[in-house]
Amino acid sequence: MTDLSHIRNFSIIAHIDHGKSTLADRMIQLCGGLTDREMHEQVLDNMELERERGITIKAQTVRLVYTAKDGETYHLNLMDTPGHVDFSYEVSRSLAACEGALLVVDASQGVEAQTLANAYLAIDADLELVPVLNKIDLPAAEPERIRQQIEDVIGLDAADAVMMSAKTGLGVDEVLESIVTRMPPPEGEADSELQALLVDSWYDPYLGVVALVRVKHGQLKKGQKIRMMSTGIAYSVDRVGVFTPARTEIPELGPGEIGFITAQIKTVADCNVGDTITDDRKPAAEPLPGFKPSVPVVFSSLFPADTAEYEDLREALGRLHLNDASFEFEAESSAALGMGFRCGFLGLLHMEIIQQRLEREFDLEIIATAPSVVYHIALTDGEELVLHNPSDYPDVTRIESIDEPWIKASIMVPDEYLGSVLQLCTERRGEQVELTYVGGRAMAVYKLPLNEVVFDFYDRLKSISRGYASFDYELDGYREGNLVKVDILVNSEIVDALSMVVHREQAEGRGRHLCERLKDLVPRQLFKVALQAAIGGKVIARETVGAMRKDVTSKCYGGDITRKRKLLEKQKKGKKKMRQYGNVEIPQSAFIQALRMGDE
Amino acid sequence: MTENDRRMNDPGGDIALYVHWPFCLSLCPYCDFNSHVRETIDQGAWRDGLLRELEHYAARVPGRRLTSIFFGGGTPSLMPPETARAVIARARELFVPDPEIEITLEANPTSVEQSALVGFAEAGVNRLSLGVQALDDAALSALGRTHAVSEARAAIAAAADIFERFSFDLIYARPGQTPDAWMRELDGALALTRGHLSVYQLTIEAGTPFFLAQARGDLQLPDEADGATMFEQTQDALAAAGLPAYEISNHAVPGQESRHNLTYWHYRDYLGVGPGAHGRITLDGEIRATRQHRAPEVWLKRALEHGHATQDDAVLPYETLTAELIMMGLRLTEGIDAGEFTRRIGKRPGDVFAPSTIEALVDAGYLDWRDDGFAATPAGRQRLNAVVDALLNS
Repeated sequence: MTDLSHIRNFSIIAHIDHGKSTLADRMIQLCGGLTDREMHEQVLDNMELERERGITIKAQTVRLVYTAKDGETYHLNLMDTPGHVDFSYEVSRSLAACEGALLVVDASQGVEAQTLANAYLAIDADLELVPVLNKIDLPAAEPERIRQQIEDVIGLDAADAVMMSAKTGLGVDEVLESIVTRMPPPEGEADSELQALLVDSWYDPYLGVVALVRVKHGQLKKGQKIRMMSTGIAYSVDRVGVFTPARTEIPELGPGEIGFITAQIKTVADCNVGDTITDDRKPAAEPLPGFKPSVPVVFSSLFPADTAEYEDLREALGRLHLNDASFEFEAESSAALGMGFRCGFLGLLHMEIIQQRLEREFDLEIIATAPSVVYHIALTDGEELVLHNPSDYPDVTRIESIDEPWIKASIMVPDEYLGSVLQLCTERRGEQVELTYVGGRAMAVYKLPLNEVVFDFYDRLKSISRGYASFDYELDGYREGNLVKVDILVNSEIVDALSMVVHREQAEGRGRHLCERLKDLVPRQLFKVALQAAIGGKVIARETVGAMRKDVTSKCYGGDITRKRKLLEKQKKGKKKMRQYGNVEIPQSAFIQALRMGDE
Repeated sequence: MTENDRRMNDPGGDIALYVHWPFCLSLCPYCDFNSHVRETIDQGAWRDGLLRELEHYAARVPGRRLTSIFFGGGTPSLMPPETARAVIARARELFVPDPEIEITLEANPTSVEQSALVGFAEAGVNRLSLGVQALDDAALSALGRTHAVSEARAAIAAAADIFERFSFDLIYARPGQTPDAWMRELDGALALTRGHLSVYQLTIEAGTPFFLAQARGDLQLPDEADGATMFEQTQDALAAAGLPAYEISNHAVPGQESRHNLTYWHYRDYLGVGPGAHGRITLDGEIRATRQHRAPEVWLKRALEHGHATQDDAVLPYETLTAELIMMGLRLTEGIDAGEFTRRIGKRPGDVFAPSTIEALVDAGYLDWRDDGFAATPAGRQRLNAVVDALLNS
């Protein structure tokens, strides 16, 4: 058990690519956590996708053993935090385990929207923030300007900001020293009843469920009988340890310490993150303040491109869910796309990551419907319907009103692109809250309906700002909206997978757009194909795919019959992936393409 | 008479004979027929092989009336007229020759082959089918043809001189060809015809050099719209010139149709002799599909050793029969006779296809449905693959 005064618990807050992982690696190296040979790039980002995209998804933790300039040896516990808005819930619980945070800012690029959001989370959590300017070795570095920006935008005193280059290692020792000297040690009573915060949990194929904990009071030992305060279920601790970053078992965790336990817990779902762990025999009277549970806000249906892979998809989703209980899935059946799953995600990036993991780690080809949000529909009979899927939309005559989720978005963008960004926000029904300029950059705060953002907002934002705009958001409650469901009909039959809920003013444009796209995707065939967009029974857009003009075998004599007939039979087999609409057949691939292009 | 008896007794009467000569001097990049180039050919052995296989099949269908013989290839005009003479003479002995028997030879319009035409006529050939393909030297060269337009004109003149009936082939919708250019070329061709003309849209077949070129992007064919326009204009121009289409790609002055090819489209019996040749023969009330071994050397060895090189010989199931009958029959302008359909398939057309499909096809103007039969309209013939597909899946 380490003396409280020799413990520091900290996080690193940084924008993607501003050097968080490199800094963590350097600190691990300096503290001798790994030999050079063991050290492979960016130890913390251990998921393939995390390393590739340079972002952190699941919180990780490392205990660094650091000998400070005062000659004393300290345990510095680094809680890694996800950098992206979708995971702000994970950020806040990581921060709850710390007393301080390093605010890492790229000395040439400056403060980005995500840094800002996470910095505010840290300030809200009463953490001591130490500003760090990274990449000062680069020619484009402007430490003075960025220091000023930190003061102006975040309101943080940056006079003592640490200058460093994680890449070259310059100033990393100063960073370590600042953790010891500027961040407060944790507080806690070793003799009190056990109160440990359950920060995270995951499934390890060898250890089973692993719980990451921060001990506030009391002690956690191997063999101890513990109890989850939310469920009252008791477990026997069979391992206690820390990551250095290698997994190392230790006899106990005392107050202020961060580490892991295993306790024969069956599934991750049994570990409610934010729960308080206490001693089963001498329980604490009160749990620690928890977190608000994460709620999926973006929904999309996933279908296997090959219908034979439905069971594989179910199994893959189940396995991903073992480690990430924050996304939801339930079986769904679509007339156009077959059997699949309706899934809920914390945000757009979360959705994209799950989809990519399904494709990469499970080798599944996935078709995803356009993302949609959760609507609250007040029905005329006084009931309220929570709508996760446009295809469950009730009959319009039963609808009293519809509420849609709004967000508060912070967008940071170089001045020159501000005009187009403001225009985009206006087009998306945005309401300006605030507009500030800081040294060549503007920060626009807007309230926006989330359904306008899930459509293609982020991609449009990136393209009109040439990638320079950064964007972050938080949910901002529900508001009534003038919303309608737009259906796409092929030869008068609704294609369920293409239905969408949109603002009335945009219904016609979106419906027309989708019909036009489908027109290019539906192959011409023997009969004309009518493509329509409709609200209720009213057609708002219409396109026609004309009949094919020519499809005939030029030569067919006695020697050709067998071959030509077999060709016909082969085509018939290929039609298994076709869906019949009246007397025409539409290949599933046309719908898939229409959905993929929706991401544009 | 039971249904089975009817099928047993018909169409036992008539039969056509196809003879395949698999050799060419060079291969054309669009052709996917069973064609081969060989330095030397043992002509005696090949003649014997063809005769042996002809005898083998004749023994299986004795007493039939022989209505036509067709020498196809490959380039059958490269075989010695002696070989054609022997085959024709033996066929006349083995079957009951129809007095109006049509004996066609496919020929290339090169000068070498032109000199042999008289020999073939003396051997009994009474109809010539010339592979002219284009009346444009650059186009001929792009198609891999070794003859020039001047040779083609000379060959047509010779054919007109020597044979009572002749036809020639043209290929259109070639890379870079516009509808206007094709109409001018077709106009020039009309002046050279006598009673029959075959016009084929260039089709890229898998496994040919053109297929690879197209896959690489080196071959740009006219698009669907231009292809359709050329097809429509061709139909109109030839009909106006007195050569209406009697089949998708075949045009004739009424009465001058290819009797042999009509056998295929009427889906009546024919024997296939020679490497890769296919046949359809009615035996014991069932229709059998036959196919000979494709490889020239293997075929020859087997034909000489066993009397035939049959690779496949199987009874066609009912579904296949229906598919082939309408696939072939709807190529004809006259369409399919309801009585013949019922006799061959054992059910009336109205009981085979879904009324809703027939109605949709008729409404769209693709199908002409009458009590005595059914036919694809010009618009339907232009989209025949899809029409047949719709009928078969109804």
